[in-house]
Amino acid sequence: MAEKIEMVALSPTMESGVIVKWSKKVGDEIKSGDVLCEVETDKATMEYESMDEGTLLNILVDEGADVPVGDIIAIIGDKDEDVSGIVEEIKKAAKAEKPAAPAASKEATSAPAPKAPAAKSAPVVTSSGKVKSSPLARKMAEEAGISLNTISGSGPQGRIIKRDVEEAIAAGPATQVASTMREQVIPVSKKRQVIAKRLAESKFQAPHYYLKLSINMENIIAARKQINAKAKEKLSMNAFIVKFVAEALRRHPQVNASWQGDSIVQFGRVDVGLAVAQSDGLITPVVRNCESKGIQAIDQDMKVLIDKAQNNKLQPDEYTNATFTVSNLGSFGIEEFTAIINPPGAAILAIGMSEKTPIVTANDQIVVKPMMKVSLSCDHRVIDGAVGAAFLKDLKDMMEDPIRVLL
Amino acid sequence: MAEITFREALRQAMDEEMARDDDVLLMGEEVAEYNGAYKVSQGLWEKYGDRRIIDTPITEEGFTGIGIGAAMAGLRPIVEWMTYNFSIQALDQVLNSAAKMLYMSGGQFNIPMVFRGPNGPAEWLGAQHSQALQSYYAHIPGLKVVVPSTPYDAKGLLKSSIRDNNPVIFMEGELMYGWKGEVPEEEYLIPLGVADIKNAGSDVTLIVHGKPYKVAMEAVEILEKEGISAEVVDLRTIRPLDEDTIYESVRKTNRCVVIDESWPFASVGSHIAWLVSKNCFDDLDAEVELVSSEDVPMPYNHTLELHAQPSAEKIVNAVKKVMYLD
Repeated sequence: MAEKIEMVALSPTMESGVIVKWSKKVGDEIKSGDVLCEVETDKATMEYESMDEGTLLNILVDEGADVPVGDIIAIIGDKDEDVSGIVEEIKKAAKAEKPAAPAASKEATSAPAPKAPAAKSAPVVTSSGKVKSSPLARKMAEEAGISLNTISGSGPQGRIIKRDVEEAIAAGPATQVASTMREQVIPVSKKRQVIAKRLAESKFQAPHYYLKLSINMENIIAARKQINAKAKEKLSMNAFIVKFVAEALRRHPQVNASWQGDSIVQFGRVDVGLAVAQSDGLITPVVRNCESKGIQAIDQDMKVLIDKAQNNKLQPDEYTNATFTVSNLGSFGIEEFTAIINPPGAAILAIGMSEKTPIVTANDQIVVKPMMKVSLSCDHRVIDGAVGAAFLKDLKDMMEDPIRVLL
Repeated sequence: MAEITFREALRQAMDEEMARDDDVLLMGEEVAEYNGAYKVSQGLWEKYGDRRIIDTPITEEGFTGIGIGAAMAGLRPIVEWMTYNFSIQALDQVLNSAAKMLYMSGGQFNIPMVFRGPNGPAEWLGAQHSQALQSYYAHIPGLKVVVPSTPYDAKGLLKSSIRDNNPVIFMEGELMYGWKGEVPEEEYLIPLGVADIKNAGSDVTLIVHGKPYKVAMEAVEILEKEGISAEVVDLRTIRPLDEDTIYESVRKTNRCVVIDESWPFASVGSHIAWLVSKNCFDDLDAEVELVSSEDVPMPYNHTLELHAQPSAEKIVNAVKKVMYLD
């Protein structure tokens, strides 16, 4: 009996996925658990494992296609089973779903068509990074000293053709300054869509406020130096910070919480997300249960997760549901910044660089200390100002005087 | 200047050359007593007799071979094939004897002869008798291939072909024999390997040879009404090819449409399109377009038969494509 294989949600926020590669071909025997295809979700490229057994009878979606969750992508059944009827049915159904499109396009064409060339677009850049242009247009532009990057193409797929260069020449010197830059139109990837959607939702829905202070890092730096001197594997500063954050959150559960509309959840665990930059976006791998892990264990977890993040290999359960998030831009020399809260958490800690700073001591002496500026973004629906402030003060006190953790 | 038919222009060319040189002779099916299947040799048998105007049996390979032998022996034969469809029977003689003899004999044997007859589709002749075979002959090194499009060109080019010391494939068209054109009374020759600008223009170059010249000129008129100025380069000779004239025109217009009534694959037209793409690359504002016959055996149904061939409409569409007006 033939089974229709649907696109499933491979991550909690996935609404559709791009089939990057089919791992099986029509005719292959499929066992339960076999990888059918690789799917690019909104966050990572995932392997789609079959839950059915049999022979792969038909592949309905080409590589590269973006498929909504629930759409049928393949058919598995008995060897030599005829599925042409089912395929026909699926294709018919797919067509029937889109009745509006042809009508709309008809309307568009019945409007008086302008004789003039089609609307111009920004120069179209091919996959090899070249601007699409006719050979003649290139030669003319070069002779006129005009950069092709400054010319819009009216040919097919935005190709720059003779008349475009002629127009650019006629337009005068303003456009003739050869630019060393190039305007590019970059399609928004799935990941970028999710980043945009989630951050916009957070920033627009959660009323943010910000608390800032400076932490004297002298003692932590010294402690880390001492520990690392004897350690086989060096512990990162972020592991220290995450541990202190977890300790502070344990003491201030109101900050380790989430707005749920009609309720507020105070989490029974401290799962700290760490913002990690990727070449094509940003992801927050989560170190679970930091409240009951030591710095070494946290550091271990972080190394594995960051490596996966940078290679696009994180699984959804490794980057979702942080109860609190830390973002550290200190390595870029950033002194301080404010971050956007990463839901479902209600607060995010933005960390700047540790910098030698003159400070005034209690007895009015000016001394130089390594100071680190942090800012806490809080969701006011969950965390009131005094609550956030108490958390931050405790964090500062513990980091400046680590023995207090034991109190 | 007198207006005469394409057929008469060819007859005059042969008549004048036979009068001029006693070594020139004409042989083929029904060329003598019947005055030629398409009356191209009208009156020549009466004038020159059995010795020089020779009726042959229906054996293309045989009489083509005899002609080549005669050329090796020092005569200047003109072999008429009733149509080029029948020349396929004699292809081995042309390819392996005529085209290669000078090369393989180390320069000892010239083959000073002309093979001529109607090429390409006429009407209602079916798939086997409606073929444009210039690509077959142009493919062969050692041959010259001449494809006139007007009575004037036909006469001047045939006279040069007869005087040429190499085997010349001279391609006419059944439907072209009745075409009329001005031809001067006085003698003239047109050198082989020189293309002719049949219409000067500035927006696009149409490269054409032989019979489609007519639809190309119709296209020029249609385009003119739309304000598009097309230049027509008539190749006149495919081998040797006048590349300079082609490139000069394309470099001026920046756009090129090649027209060829043979099939598109590995054709004279596709080869010229490649040459233009290669040699005018930096001067092209659009891809080179090819208007050829469809890639099918010629349909017998007349509507389909016409649709299978290059037409003024197809040329106009191609021009609009390379001008980004479609």
